[in-house]
Amino acid sequence: MATAPEIPAPPRRRPRPVSSGRLSAASGLGLGVGMLWLSLIVLLPIASIVVVALQSGFGPFREAVTDSEALDTIKLSVGAAVLVTVINAVLGTLVAWVLVRDSFPGKRIVEVIIDIPFALPTIVAGLVLISLYGPQSPFGIDLVGTRRGIFVALLFVTLPFVVRSVQPVLIDMERDVEEAAASLGASGFTIFRRIVLPTIAPAMLAGSALAFARALGEFGSVILISANLIGKTEVSSAYMLKLIEQNDTTGAAAVATLLLVVAVIVLVLLDSLQRLAARRD
Amino acid sequence: MSISVSGINKRFGDFVALDNVSLEVPTGRLTALLGPSGGGKSTLLRIIAGLEFPDTGSVEIEGVQATWLPPQKRSVGFVFQHYAAFKHMTVFKNVAFGLEIRRKPRAEIRQRVMELLELVHLEQFADRLPSQLSGGQRQRMALARALAVQPEVLLLDEPFGALDAQVRKELRDWLRNLHDEMNVTTIFVTHDQEEALEVSDEIVVINGGRIEQVGAPADLYDRPANDFVMKFLGPVTTLDGQLVRPHDIELLAAPGQEAIEATVTRLTRVGFEVRAELRTSKGGSEPWVQLTRIQAQELDLEPGRSVWLRTTHAPKTLAVS
Ligand SMILES: Nc1ncnc2c1ncn2[C@@H]1O[C@H](COP(=O)(O)OP(=O)(O)OP(=O)(O)O)[C@@H](O)[C@H]1O
Ligand SMILES: [Mg+2]
Repeated sequence: MATAPEIPAPPRRRPRPVSSGRLSAASGLGLGVGMLWLSLIVLLPIASIVVVALQSGFGPFREAVTDSEALDTIKLSVGAAVLVTVINAVLGTLVAWVLVRDSFPGKRIVEVIIDIPFALPTIVAGLVLISLYGPQSPFGIDLVGTRRGIFVALLFVTLPFVVRSVQPVLIDMERDVEEAAASLGASGFTIFRRIVLPTIAPAMLAGSALAFARALGEFGSVILISANLIGKTEVSSAYMLKLIEQNDTTGAAAVATLLLVVAVIVLVLLDSLQRLAARRD
Repeated sequence: MSISVSGINKRFGDFVALDNVSLEVPTGRLTALLGPSGGGKSTLLRIIAGLEFPDTGSVEIEGVQATWLPPQKRSVGFVFQHYAAFKHMTVFKNVAFGLEIRRKPRAEIRQRVMELLELVHLEQFADRLPSQLSGGQRQRMALARALAVQPEVLLLDEPFGALDAQVRKELRDWLRNLHDEMNVTTIFVTHDQEEALEVSDEIVVINGGRIEQVGAPADLYDRPANDFVMKFLGPVTTLDGQLVRPHDIELLAAPGQEAIEATVTRLTRVGFEVRAELRTSKGGSEPWVQLTRIQAQELDLEPGRSVWLRTTHAPKTLAVS
C-alpha cells in the first residue's frame, strides 16, 4: 500500500515557458516568413532607391539634394507634415473622445464620414477641395496656390489616422478606473493627465506616425489646390515627379532618399516617445 | 449614524433601479448589502459614493449633506469588483495616488504607502505592475489604495466576486480582521449569502430596488421578514404548505406527538451531511431534510422506510406558491 508515488523522470528536453528568449519551430517559421515578406515589400524598394540615388557617385547626389528648389520642397513637405501631425494628434484624439464618450444625434453618420478621406481616391479629394476652396468656392474662400490650401488638403486626408487608432483604446478603457481616481480626489483634468493620457498615448503616437507618413508623401489631394508654384507651393512629391519626367531619375531618387531619412528620424522619434509613454508612471 | 440614506429613487429610463430606499449605517460597522443580481445593490453603493446621482432622496455622510457632492469631496473609499487598477503605475504608485493628489510631502507618502502595503501583505510587491499580481493581490492593492486617503466610509462592490472560492474565503476572513483593526465604517456588496452571514455585523437584503429587511445575520436567518429573505439566506423546503429550513425538521423512527408520517424516497450524501427526500402520507408534500451522518445511521434510514417528522423551533413563513 505504501508505495511511494512514482515521479516521472524529467523529460530530456524540457518544455520551455512561452515567453523564453528562444523561439519554437512555429514562431521561428513565422519570424522567417515575416522578415522575408518585409524585405520584399519594404526593404528591397528602399534599398533600390538608395542604390539609384548613389549610382553616379556622391557628387551628383549632393548636387541633387542641395539644389535650392529641392530644399524648398523638402522644407515645405516636412514642415507641413509636422504641423499637420501635431494638429491631428490633438484634434484627432478629441474627435475620438467625443465619438466614444458622448452621444449626440447623427453620431452614426459622423462615424461613417470620418472614413471618407480614407476611401476617396486622393485626386477626387483634390477635386472636392478645389470646388470648396477654389475660385468658385461657395464660401468665398480661395486657397488655390497658397500654402494654407496644402495644409487644408493634408488635414483632410490625414484626419482618420489618429481618430481610428485612439478610438478602440478609449472604448476598451474601463470607466471604473476613472471612477476610482475620482473617488481618490482627482479632478477631471488630473484624471485625464495621469490616467487617461498614459493609456491612450501609444495609440495617439502610432496614429500620428501614420498621419505624418501620409502627409509627407501626399500627392493627389495636394496637387490641384497647391497649383504647384515653384518656391511657394511645390511639394516634394510633385518635384520628384517633375524630375522623373525630365529623365533625372537619379535626382528624384536622391530627393527621395533625403525624405526617407527625415521620415525615419521622425518615426524613430515618435517610437521612442511611445516607449516613454508606455513606461511606468 | 455614519451613512444616512433616505427616500432614494433612481430610474434608468423606464426601469426603476431603486424604489424609495432608506437606510442608516452606524459608524464603525461592517454592513453587507445582499441581494440577487440586478437588485440595485451597486446602484445604491454608487449613489453613496457619488458615482451616480439619485432622482430624489438624500444622502448624508457623517452628518454632512452629500447628495449632490461629487465623488472627490465625499471622503469615501471605493473598491471595484474588477480592481480598477491604474495599469501603467506600480503598486506603490497606485497606493500613493490619492496622497499625491493631496500634495503630501514625499517622505510622508512613502511611509504611509509602505505601512499600507504591509497591512495588505504586499510590501515586497511595491515595484510591480498590477498585471504582475494575482487577482487577490490586485484587490488587496485596490483596498490599500482606497484606505490611503483615510476615508470616513469604505465601500466595496463585490470585492471578491472575480476570485475563486478558496481565495475568496481567505480574503473574506482577512477583511473581517482588517475591519476590526481599522474600524472604518464599511459597506460591502455581495450576492453570496454565506459571505454576508459570515463577515458582516449587519445585513441589508435588497431585491427589486427595495430593501426587504435589515438586521444582524442571526436575526435574519432565524426571523426572516418574508419568504424572499428566508429563501435567500439559506436552504428551504416546503412542509404542509409552509417554508421550513430543512435542518429544522426532526425525524423520528416511531410515531410521536404532532409528528406526521412520511416515506423516504431518496437519500443523498453530500460530504458530512445527508439529505433525505420524503413524501408525506397525507397531503403528499415532498420536503427534504438535512441530517448528519450519525443521525441518519441512528434512524437506519433507507429509501422506502416510514418515518415521522415534525418541525422544531423553526422559523417559518407561509409558502405563497
Ligand atoms: N447605467 C445604467 N443604465 C441603465 N440601467 C442600469 C444602469 N446601471 C444599472 N442599471 C440597471 O439597474 C438595475 C440594478 O443594477 P445594479 O447594478 O444596481 O444591480 P446589482 O444589484 O448590483 O446586481 P449585480 O449583483 O448583478 O451586480 C439592473 O437591472 C441594471 O440593468
Ligand atoms: Mg452590482
